[in-house]
Amino acid sequence: MTMTRGADRTKSRASAVLWGVLGIVVLAVLWEGYKAVGPVAGVELFGTSILPKTDDRSMPHLVDMLTRAIEPVNTSAGSPPVWVAVIGAALNSLGVAAVGWAVGSVVGFLIALLMQRLHVAERAVLPWLILSQTVPLIALAPVIVAWGGKIQIGAFSWDRWMSVAVIASYLAFFPVAVGALRGLQSPDAIHVELMRTYNAGWFRTLLKLRLPASVPYLLPALRLGAASAIVGTVVAEVSTGYKGGIGRMIIEFAQSGTSDPAKAYAPIAGAVVLGLVSAAIVALIGLSLKRFNRQEAAS
Amino acid sequence: MTDTALNALPAISVRSAGKIFSVARGAEVQALTGIDLTVAPGEFVSLIGPSGCGKSTLLRLIADLDSATSGEILVFGKTARQARLDQEYGIAFQSAGLLPWRSVQANIELPLELHGVGKAERAARAEELIELVGLSDFRTRYPDQLSGGMQQRVAIARSLAERPKLLLMDEPFGALDEMTRERMQQELVRICSETGAAVVFVTHSIPEAVFLSDRVVVMSPRPGRIVDIVSVNLGPGTERSDALRENAAFFAGVTAVREALHGSPVAPLGADLR
Repeated sequence: MTMTRGADRTKSRASAVLWGVLGIVVLAVLWEGYKAVGPVAGVELFGTSILPKTDDRSMPHLVDMLTRAIEPVNTSAGSPPVWVAVIGAALNSLGVAAVGWAVGSVVGFLIALLMQRLHVAERAVLPWLILSQTVPLIALAPVIVAWGGKIQIGAFSWDRWMSVAVIASYLAFFPVAVGALRGLQSPDAIHVELMRTYNAGWFRTLLKLRLPASVPYLLPALRLGAASAIVGTVVAEVSTGYKGGIGRMIIEFAQSGTSDPAKAYAPIAGAVVLGLVSAAIVALIGLSLKRFNRQEAAS
Repeated sequence: MTDTALNALPAISVRSAGKIFSVARGAEVQALTGIDLTVAPGEFVSLIGPSGCGKSTLLRLIADLDSATSGEILVFGKTARQARLDQEYGIAFQSAGLLPWRSVQANIELPLELHGVGKAERAARAEELIELVGLSDFRTRYPDQLSGGMQQRVAIARSLAERPKLLLMDEPFGALDEMTRERMQQELVRICSETGAAVVFVTHSIPEAVFLSDRVVVMSPRPGRIVDIVSVNLGPGTERSDALRENAAFFAGVTAVREALHGSPVAPLGADLR
């Protein structure tokens, strides 16, 4: 039984990879296909452009994007290849996003804990959490930068990357708070009553029952939080004017779009890969908690 | 309190207990009324009756999972609440309620772990219990790898972990098939007489109640009350085997409980069962 299950898993993993590759191929074919057959001026309907132009400036060839990625960033001497610069910027953003994710996850989890402990808190706080996610990031960024600039405690002074991390954590905490709350509330009544017959208090019940039971809910929430932290970082880099990250690089390269259109696509691809990498890192963390993902078989 | 003093006290003493549930819009449901019941140490007592007769509610009152609206419930001379705080009873529910991320052994150790028993002692006790319920080959398995009957055995082992003098069981075999059920009944009756624990056992099944019990408490709904208490004289639990199920005394017990449930003698169909 274990053997067939193992074989099934290998098979399903192989087919997952196959479908993933197929998806990329389909995208590439669509891009090049439309570029080949579409009108150069694009398609307009009643003055509104509904399909893009197909000239090399608007839609560079995939080959051009790839070759541009291995050429130097600019003509100055010692300029690194584009892909190296992209990886550097991506790692920079990853570091900032990781701080934001960690802070956001801890805050989100603490909020969930509070809401689980006090029903009043759940009713009072939950609407605010939802409301918090409707505030546009662009509006938030200048406020956080301005407040941060006023913080100066001894040798510590607020740095611009911290503003970016705060904004990333602002996006990351929400899925973690909601997921953790569902997880902490997931134990069956029978389990809660069992803990009561053992005279286990709130903290013991949390440690032995609610925390382990929350893992299957917490892991996807943390993964979602990681993706949100990346998005938050990329957007916040632009709106706070933080230099060195991938978000800033996307803007900078896009500004040279008229003369060097293929260059802008490398950091965009980098940002996509960054999101995938961050989700994968969280998935690796999840592997160590695998045994908590077991479900009770119906008796 | 010494053991002799403990033995002198009834395991459970319920005096004119009642329970009223308030439901939506101030309406009230009388779940139990005028319950009087005494369970002696080491005695096996079943609660039987149709759905809604309050047998599970009575068990929950004894376990202090709900509190009585009126009357008095004493467990080994203490209030139900104090008895729960002092871990005077072990409990098993209809669903096994095992923690899915814990192995069989770790599930059985849970109550010991919560009460600060050392690791070596926990393992030794778990080993004993695993042997008692016949799961020696499954010590490191997880609940999702066990059949329903095996899960219920683990739950019973867990309820026995702290050597309680009282076991509370709420239809623990209700979800099992008939064959597994009969085997589990025989094992339970053996385990209980070996450990000398008093048992309150909630069930729907007349043969189950008769096979297991010293006394069967027959209850009736609206409002939940005790209509009769049938003494079953089938000898000590250690001597109860499958052969008993075809014994005349067993049939007599079944008939007595059935008549108590229906409130009048039931005309025998066909052959006279004596």
